Amino acid sequence: MPDIPDPPKTDNPLDEMSILGDPTTRRVFLNQVAGTSAVLALGSNFLSGPGAQAAKSSTAPASAEELEVRLIINGRETKLRLDPRVTLLDALREHLQLTGSKKGCDHGQCGACTVLVDGRRINSCLSLAVMHEGDKITTIEGLGTPAKLHPMQAAFIRHDGFQCGYCTPGQICSAVGMLGEIKAGIPSHVSADLLGKMSASDEEIRERMSGNLCRCAAYSNIVEAVREVAGGNG
Amino acid sequence: MKAFTYERANTPAAAAMALAAQPDAKFIAGGTNLLDLMKLQIETPAHLIDVNRLGLDKIEATPEGGLRIGALVRNTDLAADARIRRDYAVLSRALLSGASAQLRNKATTAGNLLQRTRCPYFYDTTKPCNKRAPGAGCAAVGGFTRNLAIMGTSEACIATHPSDMAVAMRVLDALVETVAPDGTTRAIPIAEFHRLPGDTPHVETTLRAGEMVTAVTLPPPLGGLHIYRKVRDRTSYAFATLSVAAVMLPSGRNRFAFGGLAHKPWRVEEAEKKETPAAVAEAVLAGARTTPQNAFKVPLLGRVLASIFAQAKASA
Amino acid sequence: MKFDTPAAANPIDRARVIGRPTDRIDGPAKVTGTAPYAFERNDLAPNAAYGWIVGSAIANGRIVRLHTKDAEAARGVLAVVTYENAGNLGKAKAHTARMLAEPDVEHYDQAVALVVAETFEQARAGAKLVRVDYAPGKGKFDLAAEKGSAIKKDSENGPADSAVGDFAWALARAAVTVDATYTTPDQSHAMMEPHATIAGWSGDQLTLWTSNQMIAWAVRDMAETLLIAPEKIRVSSPYIGGGFGAKLWVRSDAIMAALGARAAKRPVKVALSRPQIANNTTHRPATIQRVRIGAGKDGRIDAIAHESWSGDLPDGQIETAAFQTRLLYGGANRMTAHRLATLNLGEGNAMRAPGEAVGHLALEVAMDELAEKLGLDPVQLRILNDVQHDPEKGPSRPYSSRKLVECLTVGAERFGWAKRNPKPGQVRDGGWLVGMGVASAFRNSPTMDSAARVSVDAKGIVTVETDMTDIGTGSYTVIAQTAAELMGVPLERVTVKLGDSKAPVSSGSGGQWGGNSSTSGVYAACMKLRGELAKKAGLNADEAVFEEGQIRAGGRSIPLGRAAGPEGLTVEDKIEFGDLQKKFVQASFGAHFVEVGVDAATGETRVRRMSCVCAAGRILNPKAARSQVIGAMTMGVGAALMEELVVDKRFGYFVNHDLAEYHIPVHADIPHQDVHFLEELDDKSSPMKAKGIGELGICGIGAAVANAIYNATGVRLRDYPLTLDKVLAGLPPLA
Repeated sequence: MPDIPDPPKTDNPLDEMSILGDPTTRRVFLNQVAGTSAVLALGSNFLSGPGAQAAKSSTAPASAEELEVRLIINGRETKLRLDPRVTLLDALREHLQLTGSKKGCDHGQCGACTVLVDGRRINSCLSLAVMHEGDKITTIEGLGTPAKLHPMQAAFIRHDGFQCGYCTPGQICSAVGMLGEIKAGIPSHVSADLLGKMSASDEEIRERMSGNLCRCAAYSNIVEAVREVAGGNG
Repeated sequence: MKAFTYERANTPAAAAMALAAQPDAKFIAGGTNLLDLMKLQIETPAHLIDVNRLGLDKIEATPEGGLRIGALVRNTDLAADARIRRDYAVLSRALLSGASAQLRNKATTAGNLLQRTRCPYFYDTTKPCNKRAPGAGCAAVGGFTRNLAIMGTSEACIATHPSDMAVAMRVLDALVETVAPDGTTRAIPIAEFHRLPGDTPHVETTLRAGEMVTAVTLPPPLGGLHIYRKVRDRTSYAFATLSVAAVMLPSGRNRFAFGGLAHKPWRVEEAEKKETPAAVAEAVLAGARTTPQNAFKVPLLGRVLASIFAQAKASA
Repeated sequence: MKFDTPAAANPIDRARVIGRPTDRIDGPAKVTGTAPYAFERNDLAPNAAYGWIVGSAIANGRIVRLHTKDAEAARGVLAVVTYENAGNLGKAKAHTARMLAEPDVEHYDQAVALVVAETFEQARAGAKLVRVDYAPGKGKFDLAAEKGSAIKKDSENGPADSAVGDFAWALARAAVTVDATYTTPDQSHAMMEPHATIAGWSGDQLTLWTSNQMIAWAVRDMAETLLIAPEKIRVSSPYIGGGFGAKLWVRSDAIMAALGARAAKRPVKVALSRPQIANNTTHRPATIQRVRIGAGKDGRIDAIAHESWSGDLPDGQIETAAFQTRLLYGGANRMTAHRLATLNLGEGNAMRAPGEAVGHLALEVAMDELAEKLGLDPVQLRILNDVQHDPEKGPSRPYSSRKLVECLTVGAERFGWAKRNPKPGQVRDGGWLVGMGVASAFRNSPTMDSAARVSVDAKGIVTVETDMTDIGTGSYTVIAQTAAELMGVPLERVTVKLGDSKAPVSSGSGGQWGGNSSTSGVYAACMKLRGELAKKAGLNADEAVFEEGQIRAGGRSIPLGRAAGPEGLTVEDKIEFGDLQKKFVQASFGAHFVEVGVDAATGETRVRRMSCVCAAGRILNPKAARSQVIGAMTMGVGAALMEELVVDKRFGYFVNHDLAEYHIPVHADIPHQDVHFLEELDDKSSPMKAKGIGELGICGIGAAVANAIYNATGVRLRDYPLTLDKVLAGLPPLA
């Protein structure tokens, strides 16, 4: 297996760009920093590190209608108080800083928000967070980290299965979920024999991944990455 | 999305009572259509009752030899059920041709039946639509109609029902089981479940106020060759331009139901007595009202039927 | 560094890192979801409020009255920004329409208000409470109907018209002629990341975390709109979720976020919602194109004309659909013309290979039609009409390099073109009618001045800073490869920082100029740094070899870090392109081969095989370049088969404005894609000897699909997209 490159040397010197704004805002900001001092210190590790529960909603005024929900995200129990309108996607992105799941359309039309709920891939944009009480949710951050990539993540790099990277977390979560579906014997639109054994052929991969749009259109490469992982897993 | 309150129901009775207690309440299960519409404020419930934990997620054999599909069985699970695959392949095929794997993993049987009809003007709240605002007029008439209905339309609405699953259920003569808030149950033949638009296109089903779908029952297997042919511009993840659910029986008494044609799954039983695809097509399409943009569905339907007849002949 | 004479042998030619298939250095961040895109900079603006744009419900007219009280009173709402309270706004020269209706409405979904609230949900709901009374105007939305009133207008990239010889006379005497009209629809970029910005003010200093292809233009256009000094604006865009031209200029998300942040006195996040993008932002304009070609019986073109009509808002621009026809094939008598109609749809503007992408859809089908009339193989026809100089200007302006013929011959061989049955409608595979098609690919390879700052620290780590962007093109990686090559260090010892307006101004990403131009800027800076390091180390700069982390000259070998000294060493330089673009035609070339199956019953077309051979100078990173080509090919398949923003001519807007209704290709639409790069070094293009590759792949591919459909079915379609209803109309009855 070729070497996986080190984490990106692409960090931006933007820390000093934090917006402090007017004095009131500044106070809010400082309180946040004080309350979650790990945030800035940990840099990008923050995204998957212990600071992940730093609830953004703590800055918003408490709302009478907010509901508590308990989610098990990437193996860690997380409690949130949320406006019931908050989608699972926005809970991850805006309240838990798990921004790996992407918002491409917010209407179930692109697949960029794909996460695994109890092992199954779904569009997290079309699901309310409060509907997931007690659910086990795996996001791209839970699959692997730059230092310890999931085999599917590594295969995407090797096969250049992405360009702009925006649909990529969704493609990868979807691919992982898809291989599970094949293993479970779930047929697809292109399965010639509904009763036969399901396989990860190129045609099957293409059909089963069609809920994940990629406008950079790395499709041909993604199929190669997924096929490699599928083969490797027997 | 308008603010709403939310509760989780644990039994069907509790769900029905919760619905009755709140004037603007709606059930939510998969949410794949409802939340889409709520974000655009096309749907604006004041209260959501989460019915996902009602336990209606089993597929059971009926004493008659058919299957009873719980309202909350996910589309993926229904398509993958061994009995469905073996005995009702047209249903499995129809489900698998719909939406994406992610959506099928979430969407439920009842939710699929109850999804709103599709029309780009219905989805744009700046345009008049009799579904969103009864009496407002229909922007689709005279507009972009390529994907819209040609059968059973009215001056008020030309939207199409987007479900693939329902088309297969229509060809299988499924029954939709419901429970009313007072506990009474009934079984609605799928043919009568969805409505044509008429002058009340905002009413899409014959469900009564507060009534909840609990299951869909399939009669005993028909046998024969099951085909679901979905025609679309994009190879996958697209609504049907036209779809045909066919059960081709050795007796020659074939069955056909169509998607992409009308406000509901379209089936003309009389037409099934005809012997040639052209004659079937002609009978199915009697009374078609087309526009220059969607008139192609007429020859297309005939050609798809011809290829299905040829496929049946080849496999006989 | 001036680049005004062809490049001699230079250190890039060592090609130890450059030119090798290289995994993206931003890969681990992207595949783990840790690369932060614009809307995700919560770490830097943790107290940001949320903004939601209210778009105009009418296409054209005027706002009569704004009712914002209900929205302002709604829970969580912090501010409602409209033209009434936004303060004085300018209009950036780069913008055709304003980013906020004030109070004239120029197109549907033009921003009329921004609602700012504590939460995303509150902002979205608040936006629905803004009511607007309009006085609708009478807009024009039908290109075909407005064709007669279209005017001649030059493009900033060239004149509207060109003529050489006597086209009409030559066409009249030609043995074989083609005269056909083609139409292409409006298209949407549909990049996966919606336009998004977080804006915040610190006093009079504005910071934007946004998704933008051209950082310096973003600063300029923000300044021109907000009427503040560019020095007061900082723009950061390190990760961009696709652009394809849609993010060349700041859009309403950026302007409205800045105004919202000013009103709410705290940072504000704004993303366009997916259903807003098609109408609120830019699109590729529809065209009507007429192509006429006259040839001798031998297939040599003597007369060629290409005329194009497109529309845009008042003061808009032409779609330069005939530009490639000025250059691609020979022929003594030629003319091209572009006319612009006024249409009150959203702003028409650049989308991947503007002009050429749609121009090929006409020209390359016309060539297929000509080949058939001549009884010539379409590959042969193209080879026969190859030309090695600008056919309008003559041999005095040669191509810098042009390997179209080799692309065609190598491609034909790889694809198995010889197996094609030239008679249409003959090949069956079960229920499929099978056909093959070919098209040439031509895309100008412009260059843009580009600057970079490069430093070496005491540890020998090389850092490159430039405001260049990586929109998926692989900029991070090719820039790292360039620096690694020139400084003689492994890739892992190079850090690349992009997309920050504090860094030197680069070419930016657009027009397929980014890769070649930005790496040339890095080349210039690295060469300067090499000189200074050698000097500092007391070595002869001309002799010095940079390899293995050492500077070697005169038998001495000094580690880079030691040469840089404890403080490190930083230099800045810029590549400035001279007039080589004038003296030489610079373009990249390719040949597309496609096999389609057309369902004999339904007319559905599915692509079965695709092959593309490209000649584009030095391929800096064959892995990333291949991805650019397959992505462009796929977008071209979309253009051929499914993409169309449908205009409702009554209401004046694009009806199918989301990803459920505007179809772009999915996985299942695309087979394995074969891409092959020819060896080529172009010494006139830049010190990198590279040419543009990012947009070449979309040029011609759609025509190859159309030609393959014709070969499969005998149905000649000239009205894109080639959907099943159009194919069906020409298919014979089923047996």
